[in-house]
Amino acid sequence: MTLIIGITVFVLAAFIGFEVIAKVPPQLHTPLMSGSNAISGITIVGAIVVSGRGGGTLAAVLGFLAVALATINVVGGFLVTDRMLEMFKGRPSGGGKT
Amino acid sequence: MNPELAAIAYLLAASLFIVGLKQLGSARTARRGNQLAAIGMLIAIVVTLADRDIVSYGVILAGLVVGGSIGAILARRIEMTSMPQLVAAFNGFGGGASALVAAAEFLKGVDLPLETDISISLSTAIGAVTLTGSFVAFGKLQGIIAGRPVTYPGQRVIDVAIAAGVVAAAIWTVVSGSSLAFWTLAATASILGIARTLPIGGADMPVVVAFLNSMSGIAASAAGFVIGSNALIISGALVGAAGLILTSTMSKGMNRSLANVLFSAFGAQAESQGVAGSTEDKPVRSVTVDDVAVTLAYADSVIVVPGYGLAVAQAQHAMRELADQLEARGVQVRYAIHPVAGRMPGHMNVLLAEADVPYEMLLDLDEINDDFDQTDVSLVVGANDVVNPTARDDSSSPIYGMPILNVDRARNAVVIKRSLSPGFAGIDNPLFYEDDTLMLFADAKSALEALSKAVRDA
Repeated sequence: MTLIIGITVFVLAAFIGFEVIAKVPPQLHTPLMSGSNAISGITIVGAIVVSGRGGGTLAAVLGFLAVALATINVVGGFLVTDRMLEMFKGRPSGGGKT
Repeated sequence: MNPELAAIAYLLAASLFIVGLKQLGSARTARRGNQLAAIGMLIAIVVTLADRDIVSYGVILAGLVVGGSIGAILARRIEMTSMPQLVAAFNGFGGGASALVAAAEFLKGVDLPLETDISISLSTAIGAVTLTGSFVAFGKLQGIIAGRPVTYPGQRVIDVAIAAGVVAAAIWTVVSGSSLAFWTLAATASILGIARTLPIGGADMPVVVAFLNSMSGIAASAAGFVIGSNALIISGALVGAAGLILTSTMSKGMNRSLANVLFSAFGAQAESQGVAGSTEDKPVRSVTVDDVAVTLAYADSVIVVPGYGLAVAQAQHAMRELADQLEARGVQVRYAIHPVAGRMPGHMNVLLAEADVPYEMLLDLDEINDDFDQTDVSLVVGANDVVNPTARDDSSSPIYGMPILNVDRARNAVVIKRSLSPGFAGIDNPLFYEDDTLMLFADAKSALEALSKAVRDA
């Protein structure tokens, strides 16, 4: 039964994703990609859960790698997206030409 | 923390992701959208850390500190010209993390229910393909691996065999639950990611990077099924959908299907044939910096068409400098951005934004393509296939049907290029041989710098 609930949630979320992102101007394609990539770093939640419950050395190594990779993805993704978006500026008001 | 409260916090995080993605879709709100999503992520992480099932924090803290430092340094230091590589690498890390979560869950598992075994196999397979595929893409973008398609005899058959191996290992894992089966699955999926990305050429990378972005989301969703977390399932599905939309936009930009991009090794054949002979001996109008400077300085309107060559030469600042000089003389300057210019979706926009080019000056193909007719000069910097008129006029051309920028319809076209070598598709470009086309053979950056100076003095 939980599997069915999971699949339901997945399909509905995918529809929301398609609706929300359908019309993004090309200018924002890169930030959208790096920002959504940072969101896929949500797998960090799973990484924390599996590495926090103890177990053998192999489990600890896998857990450490999972947390580290997911954290690179999350921290790097959000920061670099912010850095890019900070650069996107319109024409300064008052200056320029018509 | 009590489970209901935690579930509500995860729901809040997922909602912030949705609102954040929505706001990322509009220039005015994009930065706030990204920040909202980051807050959602912080909430999810804090709630997870407060989970009562966590018995030891050592490994977690080590991972957070190491990963956080690497991520922050990469994000601060990366050159905008290297952004495609960085995004490719991040996709790979996300996929790899999802596969590792599945692996850790598998290791722990005694008598896992069937559906968990299936989720573990899916998460491992998708995550591993994303990891290795992304790193091949990274290698190609960084120039470590040859950008051209890597092909060899029997490739199709071998690829099908590897794919069949992945499916067989997945079934074996689910049925037997043996470690050998699991690691075989991880290995075959890793090989599949490499084998499937090698034959894809550099110019097709915008599609591949967007597709791998989608895959990293699907991998996170699969990991959500493994650990039974709706937060992961929702967030992964959102990213999967976003990536698919970008993938389809990019494929349309080349008038090709995703399947064609992934499986045709486009560019390999053309390269082996060399330059098409038909136009080889035609004369071109090779001109000097001063000729071009005069043409530009006395124009009323100029449309700049940037391409990957601009990124390679790191010439975005020099480009803006020239545009400033021209605008100071009253020349109208605009930029025409082809959807697949560069090596990732939106590559040119990011580069020019770094050089402080206001985004109002950057126009899409649809917005600007009819304006070339009334434009004095189109200035092509490091672009080739996206301005090749055969895509529009010659139904026998391999790229026929790909939307192109009509630079040949401007009164004069100026092309800054190192040599006459064909572009990625290996197709000769008749634009270079037209009477109205001025060819300036030079490195983009030094040429643009020289042009700025010459225009100032003109």
